[in-house]
Amino acid sequence: MADSGVIADEEFVVDESRRKLLVAATAATGAVGIAFAAAPFISSWLPSERAQALGLPTQFDLSKLEPGQMAVTVWRKQPIYIVHRTPEMVASLTNHDALLKDPGSKDSEQPAYAANVARSRTPAYLVLIGTCTHLGCLPKAHFEPRDPAIGSYWPGGWLCPCHGSRFDLAGRVFEGSPASVNLRVPPYSFPDARKLIIGVDQA
Amino acid sequence: MRMRNLLPRRVPWRAVLAVCIAAAAAAGAPAQEKSAGAEAFGSDWQSWKAGTSVVDLPSVQRGARDFLGYCNGCHSLKFVRYARIGTDLKIPPNLLQQDLVPSTRKPTDYITSPMPPADAVSWFGKQPPDLSLIAQERGINYLYQYLTTFYVDPSRPTGANNLALATTAMPDVLSDLEGLKRAVFKNVEIDGTQQTAFDHFETLAPGAMTREQYEGFVRDIVNFLDYVGEPEQAHRRALGVWVVLFLLVFTWLTWLLKREYWKDVH
Amino acid sequence: MSVVEKPPAGAPPQKTGGLRAWFYKRLPIEEFISSQLTGYYAPKNFNFWYFFGFLSLFVLALQLATGIFLTMFYKPGEATAFDSVAFIMREVDYGWLIRYLHSTGASAFFIVVYLHMFRALLYGSYKRPRELLWLIGMLVYFALMAEAFLGYVLPWGNMSYWAAQVIVNIFGTIPGIGPGLVEWIRGDYGIADATLNRFFALHVVAVPLALLLLVVLHLVALRQTGSNNPDGIEIKEKLGPDGKPLDGIPFHPYYTVKDTVGLGVFLVLFAIVVFFVPTFGGYFLEPANFEPANPFSTPPEITPSWYLTPYYAILRGIPNQRLGALVLVLALVAYLLLPWLDRSPVKSMRYKGWISRLFFALFIVSFLGLVYVGLHPVEPFYVLMGRICTALYFAYFVLMPWYTRIDPVRPVPERLRFHAHA
Repeated sequence: MADSGVIADEEFVVDESRRKLLVAATAATGAVGIAFAAAPFISSWLPSERAQALGLPTQFDLSKLEPGQMAVTVWRKQPIYIVHRTPEMVASLTNHDALLKDPGSKDSEQPAYAANVARSRTPAYLVLIGTCTHLGCLPKAHFEPRDPAIGSYWPGGWLCPCHGSRFDLAGRVFEGSPASVNLRVPPYSFPDARKLIIGVDQA
Repeated sequence: MRMRNLLPRRVPWRAVLAVCIAAAAAAGAPAQEKSAGAEAFGSDWQSWKAGTSVVDLPSVQRGARDFLGYCNGCHSLKFVRYARIGTDLKIPPNLLQQDLVPSTRKPTDYITSPMPPADAVSWFGKQPPDLSLIAQERGINYLYQYLTTFYVDPSRPTGANNLALATTAMPDVLSDLEGLKRAVFKNVEIDGTQQTAFDHFETLAPGAMTREQYEGFVRDIVNFLDYVGEPEQAHRRALGVWVVLFLLVFTWLTWLLKREYWKDVH
Repeated sequence: MSVVEKPPAGAPPQKTGGLRAWFYKRLPIEEFISSQLTGYYAPKNFNFWYFFGFLSLFVLALQLATGIFLTMFYKPGEATAFDSVAFIMREVDYGWLIRYLHSTGASAFFIVVYLHMFRALLYGSYKRPRELLWLIGMLVYFALMAEAFLGYVLPWGNMSYWAAQVIVNIFGTIPGIGPGLVEWIRGDYGIADATLNRFFALHVVAVPLALLLLVVLHLVALRQTGSNNPDGIEIKEKLGPDGKPLDGIPFHPYYTVKDTVGLGVFLVLFAIVVFFVPTFGGYFLEPANFEPANPFSTPPEITPSWYLTPYYAILRGIPNQRLGALVLVLALVAYLLLPWLDRSPVKSMRYKGWISRLFFALFIVSFLGLVYVGLHPVEPFYVLMGRICTALYFAYFVLMPWYTRIDPVRPVPERLRFHAHA
């Protein structure tokens, strides 16, 4: 049987196991090669040196922040809320745990020193990432307690205009909000009493 | 499974190996050293080579220090960050901040020059060019020759001229270190016309460095500019060795596979 | 015993796995595999010159992948382009590698494509019934030259600027509409931001789409006629009792396996360039392009990249600008006429006589000579050499109808010449 250009020689026996081994070895080496070749492309998406340079810690001067006031600054392209809380604001944090989804901040994101009721290193200053944990809008400050637009239970905090999520004066999310976790706290520290540095944990 | 020939038979492997060894030897051979002559020197300036290597870390570190000290006053390196020089050249952050980064800048800033552009144009006729890519654009040998062939020329506004770049707008800012020299020209006949051509240099006044020291100083700066032109080059070559080795192994496997299947074809 | 795995006659059909069968039912995958891979019979005597089609396809894929990633970081625009390339080289993780892969890939593309075209000229793969295959291939080549030119402008270095200036000005030689056309192409009174941005759009979207379409057509045309081979014999004329060409072998696994070897060797050479000599002595990345575009400072020598220099050399050799542009166009059009210029009764150079071989050798030498001339400045020696090479280049085409007919050809064998090799 003259079968095309491929031989039809009865004496020649195809060593199937050798072929399988060679195919497997070549394919495996090729796969490793492709993985290594893909790595630079994937890593090119990491923040570039420029992004890292611009993502340096942000300094903030606290001396101008009056009690009860909020300031907004930027760190790593995110809005940062800094609030100089009054003693009344701090006191209001303890009486509405039942209305909160995560009063102990167990599911929320914050550094270890902010895993407390006040969600901060010291009760006087609150530092939050001002991005709603639902879909990313900027929550608006409504610090007036019992704000008629919101309800008599309202102790003061933030209301997100996009889908209505509500957060208290420690950034903790209320039940009934689309957001499921508290506002995030960035790493920060106080190099001295007047200065706040966001992005650095150790003073 | 018998182990037959594991390499293609028709390739002259011994010759290939000989060629590879010869190429490696040629590539690894040190660059020819320029021999410093007596008082009259420099006739062979066009064959002067930088002879630098970016993996000579101390040299590149000195070049960084010297560039920032002597050149940065006019020339920027606008694509280079201080911090990057620190990591690539293994300079500790505190030394970097203390010795190399100006007090008004951050380590992550790009290296600019304090020379005001408008003033530069009125003083020199043009703005001193940014030197981030000068080594890629002109080559390190040119740069070496440029920094070693300045000579006194009263006819120029800066009082100096240069063999590598005739009528350069740059003054001879390194004359304190190198000293001053003048160029002696001779008459030659080219294509039937009389022209003057450079013959040799003559030292007019010594500088703070000997000729050898100055050449080493220039080499360091050129080495630094070579690194700055392509900061990744050392990494590129190192990675390349592994990549080529891997591909050689892969190709060998594909060849074995091909030979196995092509036994079928007669 | 047959090597191609066919179940013995009468055996029940093989069951393909559930998921695979689901796809097979909804897309013509099985037909594709059996008609294009395991069932496509290619001549068994393919030699070294037959690697370059597959390698062209590989380099195309490489350019697309690296190009897409470069586009993620590159910023088109007069004020930002040059700096964004420096950003890629220094501050994007492995940006330098992606850039070098793309720049080396551009030159590799032309090396591979020129060798691929050489094969076609050598073995008469442009002759009947493959004329359209050849024409589509030429369109791929023209698109590739356009793509390379457009891409070269994007880094906005000094050579990018001046190369754009010179090439766009060539269109000004067209009688009547020339000057208006040049301004229309530029979108401004000189090469400017508008030019750069539109070249970006063309290079990243329009021409790649055209290239992909043309390459697909090229492959379809190939499969329609079947491949030629070094002996120039049509293997479909000698079929075996099973209806398959006697001198053919299934593309898969034989040529898939052989092409991976070619790929491996190519990658070794490619990697050596990318990692050790990416500028390739200034031929792949010109030194003048490390300086930003400067409308007031022309580089000492304006030359296009090496792969476009032959046509540039032809252009420069003609003292009249308009005539020079016309001759350049004719040099490209000549390729399109090739299938009809070649009157030889045989396809492959193996069986052509000494006259055809002489003209072909002179053509290759003149082409290489033109590449060489185009890279050098306009000095008397190079101008003379360029003119001689241009004459030989055109002689190959213009005299072909005559010399292929008087050429003493050799007898063509009935069956392919094939030696089993390692």
